[in-house]
Parts: sequence; structure tokens; C-alpha cells
Amino acid sequence: MSLLEVDDVVVQFGGVTAVDHASFTAEAGQVTGLIGPNGAGKTTCFNVISGLQRPTQGHVRLDGRDITRMPVHRRSKRGMGRTFQRLEAFGSLTVRENVQVALDIHRGLAGRLRTVGRPARRQRADIDALLERVGVAAYADDRADSVPTGAARLLELARCLAAEPTLLLLDEPSSGLDETETDDFGDLLRELAAEGTAIVMVEHDMDLVMGVCDTIRVLDFGEVIAIGDPAAIRSDPRVQQAYLGYSDETAPADGVDETPTTVLEVTR
Amino acid sequence: METFLALAIPGLFTGAAYAIAASGLVLTYTTTRVFNIAHGAFGMVLSFVFWDLSVRQGWDPLLALVVVILVIAPLIGFVVQRLITRGLGNAPVSVSLVVTVGMFVGLVGLAQQRWPEDRVEVDAPRFVEPFWLTFADGDGVPGWQIGGTTITGHQLITILASIAVAAALYLLLTRTRIGTAMRASVDNPDLLRLFGGKPDDAAALAWMIGMSLAALTGILMVSVVGLSYVDLTLLVVNAYAAALVGRLKSLPMTFVGAMVIGVVEALVAGYSVDNELLATIKPAVVPLVLFVVIVAMPQAQLRIGQVKGMVSAPVPTVPRMGVSAGAVLLVTAMVVATGSEVTLLRLGTAATFAIVMLSLVLLTGYGGHVSLAQLTFAGVGALAYAKLGEPNLLGLGVAVLVAAAVGALVALPVLRLTGLYLALATLAFAVVMEKIVFKNDTIGFGTGGAVEAQRLSILGYRFESTGSYVFVMVALFLLVGVAVLLVRRGVVGRMLIAMRDSPAACGTLGLDLRWFRVGLFAASAGIAGLAGALLAGLRGVIGDTDFVFFNSLPLLLLAVVFGITSVTGATLGGIGLMLLPVLQAESVGGVPLGGVMFMVIGLGAVLAGRDPNGLSSYLFRGGRWVEQRLRTRLSASLPQLPPAGADDVHEDAEEPVAAPARVEVGPGVPARG
Repeated sequence: MSLLEVDDVVVQFGGVTAVDHASFTAEAGQVTGLIGPNGAGKTTCFNVISGLQRPTQGHVRLDGRDITRMPVHRRSKRGMGRTFQRLEAFGSLTVRENVQVALDIHRGLAGRLRTVGRPARRQRADIDALLERVGVAAYADDRADSVPTGAARLLELARCLAAEPTLLLLDEPSSGLDETETDDFGDLLRELAAEGTAIVMVEHDMDLVMGVCDTIRVLDFGEVIAIGDPAAIRSDPRVQQAYLGYSDETAPADGVDETPTTVLEVTR
Repeated sequence: METFLALAIPGLFTGAAYAIAASGLVLTYTTTRVFNIAHGAFGMVLSFVFWDLSVRQGWDPLLALVVVILVIAPLIGFVVQRLITRGLGNAPVSVSLVVTVGMFVGLVGLAQQRWPEDRVEVDAPRFVEPFWLTFADGDGVPGWQIGGTTITGHQLITILASIAVAAALYLLLTRTRIGTAMRASVDNPDLLRLFGGKPDDAAALAWMIGMSLAALTGILMVSVVGLSYVDLTLLVVNAYAAALVGRLKSLPMTFVGAMVIGVVEALVAGYSVDNELLATIKPAVVPLVLFVVIVAMPQAQLRIGQVKGMVSAPVPTVPRMGVSAGAVLLVTAMVVATGSEVTLLRLGTAATFAIVMLSLVLLTGYGGHVSLAQLTFAGVGALAYAKLGEPNLLGLGVAVLVAAAVGALVALPVLRLTGLYLALATLAFAVVMEKIVFKNDTIGFGTGGAVEAQRLSILGYRFESTGSYVFVMVALFLLVGVAVLLVRRGVVGRMLIAMRDSPAACGTLGLDLRWFRVGLFAASAGIAGLAGALLAGLRGVIGDTDFVFFNSLPLLLLAVVFGITSVTGATLGGIGLMLLPVLQAESVGGVPLGGVMFMVIGLGAVLAGRDPNGLSSYLFRGGRWVEQRLRTRLSASLPQLPPAGADDVHEDAEEPVAAPARVEVGPGVPARG
């Protein structure tokens, strides 16, 4: 049984079908890539999985349990964490406080009672270790709305990790990161997967996707058009079609200084 | 059946007038995402202008009508959009609400100043004739007999006008380029701009049309309601209800809603003659409908990518709180020792208002929610304290709990919705309380409008003298202030800020926003209730006129102007609100200040709305500047201390920094970190 099952999900906004009978799964301990041209419905899929968007039809199952109608906050208690494509850091708090809030929420009232008497310094050390791990320790005391985009994205990841999730949904996590940072980020993802976390990642940086994903699902016009490992996806004709059909408009999306053809290594 | 029709048909005509107002409201909201609380106030001022032109200056009514609706109103709409509400749609709801409430209060002040009640009789009758009065059926009764009821020419014109408005809006939105742009800018103004559209033009047009429709409603209603500042303004509550039936986006549903509300109102009024229950709810039937409609709204989805960090006032360290509190107590003691009875009563009133403003610091400053009923909650606390007749800490505690429970009851039905609906629910609640509950003999202030209350005794010691009682009030204010600050510094405060900045992220991190919000609302209402109870004890006789709904608005605005994120702001705001009636009674150079004060407050809120720290932020800035100079001197002579303690971290976190605009990285946009 897969950790996450998206089963025949349809989302319609008025007359527009954003997600069209999409079905896919994600496994514990694996990095699953969710790619596709702009407007393919990737973020909408994430919103359905995390509960911010009710699907018109279909089901989402986490660990075998139907969570389609479960309120947003209860999904987190079941081990789900997500980051946002458009940043949702708590701008008026410092980077450290952002993680602190996540920890407070995660532990709840009962947890707080349990940690009474625990020196604040140790909790702070835990948080700092987390910030160190994702690579934003340098910004710990800065307000979250004043740090660079890349750091704010990593901060969102740190916030999720504070709740020790079993399923991580990352929406374009690497945009705003430079090449070295992206490499470190890829290593971190592999580490997390090795610890048993299931990671689903929407990403436009194809080097990163091809480098770290165990398996990839390609969305186009709300439909899952291909599923497979990186090598299979690279050579899938439908994927090439989907990307080539958009090549002019998607070009910048795939990386700052790369063209989509080289990214996908499509040859004519 | 015949009576039913006879009662219902006139309702259709008032409904038609509501429909015109509501469609203007919906149009501006959908196009610019700013809910114009001041919609009715604009209608009120513009109908005063119409009256001024046609009655006082003797213009031809038709000419005056054309000038007001087609020239003055659109002009005002354009100016308001360009200077005041532009870009407000992307701001948090609390900001746009405060700005439009500022216009609301400012406009009422303007009308009171320009057309004062007591001087109007002298130069012109304060009355606008209904239109088309000349069509009599022979025996002097104007109008026609239809279905057992008489329909006047004015009513016919009203319904024709609403049909014309509906048709014109339909054509505009579906058949014209700018109309399409207006519909498009609802979803994504940035995208519209990318495709060569001009969302600003669409927004300006929406405000111009909205203003004309507000004027039209006002002028149509003024012969029915009369030239009243507040009644004419509050007509808009009926329009809110209709607009919410259309879920703030569907114009056809808005029209249907307006008609239903008009008919329900007419039926309740008609049948209330021999029905006690209907007679009771009659004065507030539409706010009740509004409340029901809000409760029936579908669950709001959390919006993503909307809210940004705000610069908050610094949270003082514990020693600093102690020093400030000591200083305030010292000043109070001096006033108590030397001040006259009048001064003491004023100080007590200021303390009351300051405590109510503390409730807003918690709710609005930290939590990002707006309540338009804070004085009503104070009234609930006052009632509970007075009716209980236990002038001690127990009675005070019960009063606080009752107010908190009522606050929770208001927030509970709307806990699935966003801040705008919560604010509108508080508005409906305030009107219902004022018109029904506060007037009730058993649970309210009664028909006499006042109840008696005794001064507080603590642990057997009774604070009988005004001086000692006021001292206790100020001490309690400081206690609540410190409590609010401690909450801010703790776990809950961090969560409040987090929830204000990004509800969606809090939700996905596992916070149950709904109950958290209800708790916050209850706590805030409880603090307001404490203030009301204390005021009851101070005055000895307390009545519903002390807790008029309209006065909650200047209270909110002054809290914002002086700084809604700090206890300092609440202190200054309390004093300011206490001085308001004192200043209003003054006159400068023979011109009474009356409405001017409202105008100043309204304007202040419009200007300060975007900076939640208000005037106190200048105070803090000045204080920091002095402190920094002292510190550099000190550090030159002392060895550097290592940074330590969570206290310092907190202060740094709240240090207002010029936050750079966040780079929004959407799909397909190359990221530049």
C-alpha cells in the first residue's frame, strides 16, 4: 500500500478543469517528482492533498485512510507537511520564531505540559539544529520577510520538519536557490528520504528533478500523462510533446540559463 | 391573502432601492476587493448634497439629480479610488476595513458639520419631496390602487430605476471591453495587466458607478427615511445583507436578496401590530437577516499568497513594563490627589476606553481581525455587572465571563469564514443588541434606558470615593495591559502573529484556526466587558446611550490612529476618545467643532490605516533614538556584553525594519534569489 494515494481527482473552477481525473501515488522513503508545464494543475493537486481545496470528485488517501474531507489542520497531525509556491512564511516573526511556532503548534497543549521544566536553551538548540540542517542558520535572527526568497523557502521546509512529517509536499522548493545551494538541497532531500519520509516535489529545475527523484509523474492539462523513473520520463514521447508544445512559454520556467530542449535532452 | 399582498407589495419598492445600493457595493467589491463599509455614508452625504441643491438653493430637482448622480458622485468615486482605496485590495482585510470605516465616520462628521441639525430649520425645510407626487387619482391620494394597496409614483420610479440599473450593469459587464476587464480583474489584476488590461481603470470605473448607485439609493430613500445622518447611513446594512445573499459576486442573486429583504421587512412591520414577537424584532429585522445570511455562507477557503509580514510595535521588556506602569500610576495618583470630580470622572472614562482599546490590541493589532461592536461588548459587561448586583471581584469576573461568552457566540457561527464576514457579523450583532436587547426590560437597560450599579469593593474594602475608584480602574487597565503584552511575548502571541501573517501556513502546520479564532474573540470581548463593568461602577447609573453602536467606530479608528499594536497606543487612544466629546463642544472662531472631530479622526484613520502602529510608532522611534545615543556613549566606556536572553531576541524581532518587497516567484518566472 502506498503512503499517499491520489485517486481519480477532478477539480473544476467554474468551467475550467484544473485537475482532470488525476491518479498517482507516493511511497515512503522515495522522492516523487510532479512535473508539467505551467497551468498543468500541479499546485492545485497539492492544494487538494493538503486540504486547501476540495476536489469536485475523487479521493485522497493517506496511509490507507480516506482524508478527502478531513480539515486542513488534522492532516498535519497525520504526518503531512507542505511548503508553498508563493511564500507563506510568517513575515513579522524571525526565522527562528517561525520554526518555534511550528514546534508549538505541533506539540499542542499536552506536549507543552510535558516539556515544562525542560530548559528553554535546549529547545532553542533543537531549533537551531534544524535551521542548520536546511541551511538557513545564518538568518536565524532576521525577520522572515527580509530574507532572500531561497532562504524563505528553506525556512518553510524547516518549519515542516519541526512537525516530523511522514509526507512532505514541496512546491517549487529550489526556486531562488543558487547552484551550490540547490546541490545541498538535493542532498538534504535524499537524506530525508533515506530516513523514510515520502517526498512529493513540484519542481521546474530539471537537473534537480532528474537528479534526486526516484520516480516522476508528469501532469498536462490536469491529466497525469506519464509515470516512470527519470530515464523513462526523459524518453517518453508524450512528455516531449507536452513540453515541446509549450517550449516558447515554458523556457524560462525550467531554469534561469537553460532552454527546455537541453533540460529534457530531447533530440529531433 | 389580500392583506399579505397589501403588506408585501410596498416591500418590493424598498427592496428595489436596496438592490440599487447592494449592486454598487458588489460591483466595487468584486472589482477591487475592497468592501466599502462607507457605501451608505456616501449615499447619505450625496443625498444631503441633492437636498442642498434642490431645496436650499432652489435648483430644478431634475437638474440637481443629474448633477449629483452623473457628475458629483462619479467624481468623488474617482478621487476616492485614486487617492484612498487604490491597492487596498491586496492589503489584509483589517486594513481595508479600517480605511473604509474611517471614511464612514469622516463622512458622518462632514455632514454634521456642513448641514448641522439645529441651524437647518432656519434656512430651508429639512425635507425632500417624493418624486412624481402630482399623479393623484382625483381625490387627493397620490398613486394607483393595486392589489389592495396604494402605489405612489415615487415607488414606481424606484422600481423602474432598479430595473434600469440591472439592465445597464448587465450590458456593461457582458458587452463592453471595460466590463470584461472589470470581471477579469476580480481574479487576477496582475495577470490582467500583463495582457494589456488596465485594472486601475476598471477599479476607478467600478468606484465611480458604485458611488452613483449609492447616491441614487440615498436620494430615493431620503423622502422615506428623512434627512438623518445615521439612519440614512445605516440603510446600507440592508444592502450588505442583500450583497451577501449574492455572496458578494452574483448581481442577479443580489437583486433577489434585496427584494426578499424588502418584503420581509415590510411583512414584519405589517404583522407586528398584533404579534408581540414580531414587534420585538421589528427594529432590527434586517440585521437579523444579515446575521442569518452570514451564517449560511459556504465555508471560505484559505487564500494563499495574500498576507505579508507587518511591522509591529516593539514589545517592551519586563523591567520596562514595570517602569512605565509605575509612571502611569504615579501620574494617576497625582491627578487623584488634586483633580476635581469632573476631572476624575473624565480620567475614569479614559481608562474605560483604554481598556476597550486593549481588547482591540489583542484582536486587531495581534490577531488581524476587526470588530465593529467593541462598545456593545462593553455594554454587555456593564449590564451583567449592574444586574448581578455583586459589586466585588466575583461580580466583575462574572461580567467578564458573560461578555466573553457573548463574544464567542458571535464568532462561533462565522468561524468558518474570513475576517470580513466576522466584522460584518459584529456589525449586525451590534445593531441587534442596540435595537432589541438593550431596550428590553428584563435583560437590557429597559425602556427607561438606564440601570443602577455600585462601586467595586475588593476583599471587603469598598472604593467609594471617585478618586480611589479611578485609581483602581487605572491599575486594572495596567494589569490587563501587562497581561496582553505577556501573551504577546509567549507561545499564544507568536501563534497570533503567525495566524495573522499566514492562516494557510498555520492550518497546514496543524493549527485549528476556527477554535483559536473563537477563543481570541471571546478574550477580546471579555476585556471589553471588563471596561463596561468598571464604567458602570464609576457612573453609578449606566444606560444604553453609553454603548451606542456608532461610537464603536470612532473607538476603533482612534485605536488605529494612536497605534493598535501597542499598549501605549491604547493609553493615548483612551485619552483621545475621552476628550472627543469635550472637544466637540468647543468652537474655534465661532465655528463649532462638532463634526470636525469626526472628520479629523476619519481622515487620520484613512492615512494611518496602512501603518498599524499609528502615532505611537513616532514615540517609539524617538525613544529609540535617545536610547541609542545613550548606549553608544555607554558602550564607549564599558566592555561589550555578550548577547543573552530571550528578551533581547524578542525586541530585535519586533524592531521595525524597512522590509523589502517580497519577490513573488510564480510558475514560469525565473527566480532571482
